[in-house]
Amino acid sequence: MATGRDDFVIAFRSAFLKKKDKQKFSLLSLILLSIVVIILSNINFKPIQFVKIGINEIIYRSSYIASKPENYLQELTLKIKNHINLFENYKDIKLELENLKQEKITNNFLKSENEKLRNLINENINSDEILAKVLIDRESPFLKSIILNKGTKDNVKLGMAIIDGVYLVGQIIEVNYTNSRALLLSDLNSKIPSVLAPQNIQAVVSGTGKDYGIIEHTKDDIVEDLNKIDSIIYTSGLGGLFKPGVPIGKISKDTKNKVNFFSDFTQLNFIKIVSFSIGDKN
Amino acid sequence: MSSLNKSTFFRAFLSYLPLIILFISVFNEFDFNYLKIENFSFNFVYILIFYWTLRNPDSLGYFSIFLAGVINDVVIGIPIGISSLCYLILCAVTAYIRNITLSPNFVKDWFSFLFTMILINSIQVIILDLIFLIEINYMSYVVNTGFTFLFYPIFFTVFNFFDQLILQKKND
Repeated sequence: MATGRDDFVIAFRSAFLKKKDKQKFSLLSLILLSIVVIILSNINFKPIQFVKIGINEIIYRSSYIASKPENYLQELTLKIKNHINLFENYKDIKLELENLKQEKITNNFLKSENEKLRNLINENINSDEILAKVLIDRESPFLKSIILNKGTKDNVKLGMAIIDGVYLVGQIIEVNYTNSRALLLSDLNSKIPSVLAPQNIQAVVSGTGKDYGIIEHTKDDIVEDLNKIDSIIYTSGLGGLFKPGVPIGKISKDTKNKVNFFSDFTQLNFIKIVSFSIGDKN
Repeated sequence: MSSLNKSTFFRAFLSYLPLIILFISVFNEFDFNYLKIENFSFNFVYILIFYWTLRNPDSLGYFSIFLAGVINDVVIGIPIGISSLCYLILCAVTAYIRNITLSPNFVKDWFSFLFTMILINSIQVIILDLIFLIEINYMSYVVNTGFTFLFYPIFFTVFNFFDQLILQKKND
């Protein structure tokens, strides 16, 4: 019995403390170093934050270069898929274009009416846009985020909205000097105050870690209403981070509270980093 | 002379191959997400570290593995140090297995790998969820562990081939 325990102790000690010829550090010292790094990264201490920003800058740029071959493969897969579905897509797009032309005429009227009403209450929405390139779009199975090539030197700040065309895709969660990280709407930690149209229900769109979101913080009877007609989700502007009325996604009546985002997060190349301020004209 | 240089270069390249693959994979995060297969992901780095630290520990230095962990954390956006800790625990288990095993057995290694993955993924979940309060999808971890376990024999065969090649070139 004692021999068995001795064997275990010897094997254990040898695994953790003994260095092989080519190993410069013992496992135990590196494990302890990792634990220290984890603790330090949890502390908001300025020098550590600077070191962290420096590491991020170097690694993001290197990762962008290293990802080039995989990105090329990804683009090639997409091109082949698009080529195969070309004719079917053409028919669908033609039909959609006709519908959009009709809707545009109505929308123009609503837009001018909305502007008139805002003028009446002396309200003005100002927005600043920064165009950015997506450096890395590593959608890990656990966290959904993208790295952008604009940082504090371009006046990017925490919490700014990320827009793809006209659709919301996420918000800035980390800013370095020349780059930043944005959390996508599909991430589990993403919570966006929103409003459902045409029901006019206030809700929170939450990510699921998959390519769709869900509606949270609504009453059960309201969820029942969602099953009657298709709903479009817009940002509500509550909290003051996002401009009200930015389209997020759609809920089909058959899919209960499952939100299909308008933007395809795997196809992001260039996006806009946007900040809003709502106030009177002065 | 030229063939001798070529051979020396090839030998050096082969001996550094596991390290090169390790760094490319942490920078790149091979995830095949663009294939859009729902509920599919595997951790190639775990397989790579487990195999090479178990079968040929000289090919991957512990400090390189620590560095690879730091890079992985920055790329996927989790607090720095977590992946390093997980990778080093994986190394500790392989070092322990090496010390207690006289003749290597594939099936035993395979199931030890599953046990180790469950252990390190649990540690990762505890750190992320309870200490850093980052919400995570437990199901993704289960799926990831399952597929990584299933893919181990395939990569074992590939790595075994390279290991034999490295040994052969070393003895030339």
